[in-house]
Amino acid sequence: MLKTFSKGGIHPPDNKLSAEKAIEVLPPPEMVSIPISQHIGAPAKVVVKKNDKVKVGQIIAESGGFVSANIHSSVSGTVLKIEETFDASGYKRMSVTIKVEGDEWLETIDRKPEIIQECLLSAEEIIAKITTAGIVGLGGATFPTQVKLMVPRGMTAEVLVINGVECEPYLTADDRLMLEKGEEILVGVSILMKALNVNKAIVGIENNKLLAIANMEKLAKKFQGISIQPLKVSYPQGGEKQLIKACINREVPSGGLPISVGSVVQNVGTAFAVYEAVQKNKPLFERVVTVTGKSVKKPANFLARIGTPLTNLIEAAGGLPDDTGKIVSGGPMMGKALKNAEVPMTKGTSGVLILPTEEAKRKTVQECIRCAKCVSACPMGLEPYLMMPLSERKIFDKLEKERVMDCIECGSCSYTCPSNRPLLDYIRLGKASVGAIMRSRKK
Amino acid sequence: MTDIVIYTIITISTIGVIAAVILYFVAQKFQVIEDPRIDLVEEALPSANCGGCGFPGCRPFAEACVKAENLDNLFCPVGGNDVMASVGKILGKEVLAVDSKVAVVRCSGAPQFRKNTSIFDSPQGATLSCAMEHALYGGHTDCTYGCLGGGDCVAVCNFDAIHINPITQLPEVIDEKCTACNACVVACPKDIIELRTRNKKDRKIFVSCVNMDKGVSAKKACDVACIACNKCFKVCPYNAITISNNLAFIDADACKLCRKCVSECPTNAILEIGFPERKIKVETEKKETEINLVEMSKKNKENE
Repeated sequence: MLKTFSKGGIHPPDNKLSAEKAIEVLPPPEMVSIPISQHIGAPAKVVVKKNDKVKVGQIIAESGGFVSANIHSSVSGTVLKIEETFDASGYKRMSVTIKVEGDEWLETIDRKPEIIQECLLSAEEIIAKITTAGIVGLGGATFPTQVKLMVPRGMTAEVLVINGVECEPYLTADDRLMLEKGEEILVGVSILMKALNVNKAIVGIENNKLLAIANMEKLAKKFQGISIQPLKVSYPQGGEKQLIKACINREVPSGGLPISVGSVVQNVGTAFAVYEAVQKNKPLFERVVTVTGKSVKKPANFLARIGTPLTNLIEAAGGLPDDTGKIVSGGPMMGKALKNAEVPMTKGTSGVLILPTEEAKRKTVQECIRCAKCVSACPMGLEPYLMMPLSERKIFDKLEKERVMDCIECGSCSYTCPSNRPLLDYIRLGKASVGAIMRSRKK
Repeated sequence: MTDIVIYTIITISTIGVIAAVILYFVAQKFQVIEDPRIDLVEEALPSANCGGCGFPGCRPFAEACVKAENLDNLFCPVGGNDVMASVGKILGKEVLAVDSKVAVVRCSGAPQFRKNTSIFDSPQGATLSCAMEHALYGGHTDCTYGCLGGGDCVAVCNFDAIHINPITQLPEVIDEKCTACNACVVACPKDIIELRTRNKKDRKIFVSCVNMDKGVSAKKACDVACIACNKCFKVCPYNAITISNNLAFIDADACKLCRKCVSECPTNAILEIGFPERKIKVETEKKETEINLVEMSKKNKENE
């Protein structure tokens, strides 16, 4: 019997169309526009000027606070403009547009393919290197990695949980990374273990990625303290709290952080970025992106530079299909439909999903029949059927008592509802209002 | 048979008398002494329970009025100065006259000026569509500041004073019905609606735009956007116009309704409403957009 989390969960069709496609290196585009706010927290401060020449890996914006991250140039060329352009959020954000000239990397970056196993740095030095490299959580939440590695006083990390679950349908970026860069990931994991001062790490991988599990299990024998944990397929297993429950059978209390049960969660993509930053001096300026969809000609996994327009990625995957209904940044469950496809890819872009018109349509909403399917699907043990009308009627005090702030916005409730009710739409709205009320109360 | 009836009557009457005696003493013991003036003040209020005064309803406002030392910070926007005067009379307190206000929608982005660049796929039957669209992204046009046209303001209005014009797809305020209760201002996620001081004959001049982007990108997104060109600022003889964050703002209290700024605006972002038609038409071409808007609202009124 495979492990999984205890409460709720759903089983959307896998649709991992690009699982057998090796990671292709996408050449830099003609122009990149790099947003300075690609992470949770304060936006970075721009340190380059118009007409400056930059090289690949050169810092272009410095971290703007404790919870923030450095931004590096992903190409070499000239800074054309620094102004507000549309990004994947649908709002205009400050971004640095660079015209690409050649592909000149900083000399400090080690571009040799050999894998460096040994890391003699201390925990502080590792964290400093990760901070300089501007690494953020690559699972999608983009929380600055160095903040997660600084364990608050009075708490101790006991175990590092590595997220190789990739529970979102369609996406295969982490799957391919584990197959092709397994050893690098494991070196990255051991570096993270050193930074956190823990001697145990568990890599959770869902059972639909058998090749990745076999590859990682074979490689993990060489590393001390790292074990691979195959998990039963269930969405949203990639959620921090769900993964901790599945891997080490501990439950994070409501409103608490994973560190309160002695664990820290990092994505496999992040572990790979940590390896490159610490061992190869390479800042985070490229990542693996899945471009997929049922009518896409060549679903693929690309290693693309941050700031590449999504149109370039779609073009490389065979162009935009005629029956496109929505273009989603991320997976189908938690991804966000885009306003236009010219927005740049960022550190958090794990995939580009092109949905045909048929699938992108919203279904007719009917009355709630009190079947409680949403209650049994909710991985956080909440009652979505009750929270939706509370949010609709703006009864925020009761909504707070219903623990709306625990909602991880995974969308399992909306997915499972037989009446197609827009449960998450309203809960998300209520959550934002309740969050604002709670913050104003603290002040 | 009669016995049963008599016994029943006696028993029930006795219980009644005992209960009455108990209740009398209980009422004495737990009596809540309430200022009788609260009821009087409440009666004088319009009982709209709209919350425009900042209190949950008319009674809490009446209580606050009775408790307060002076009525300077208490004002019922629905009743206006007349109601406040009668409240002052009841309480024997002085009331300062407050300028009456009216809600103004600061966006002219009708579809012909502001192209739709995406479609917001809202859940069917949603009542909170503006808030929902705002929570997800900047809006279905390239202007991330302008009206979303979802009608959240219409849904909250207790006085039937704001409606979406089907042609312009923008909300329009019926000045006679608007009580300046602030409900629509709070409901609008884009902060487009503003309460401005009411002028004679409901005349008003205001910058009908809230776009804080730089001129070029504002103009690209919408033909009638304020591009912060400073022309109105320079022409204003009363220093009523300020420009900050790439946006002009006309202070309603300082504005003397001279209309000089209106003809100066290159994008027709400044609107004049309620004025008689100008005798000499300056550059008819330039004013085309505004005339369109006025005609549209006229047509709409005729339709109603």
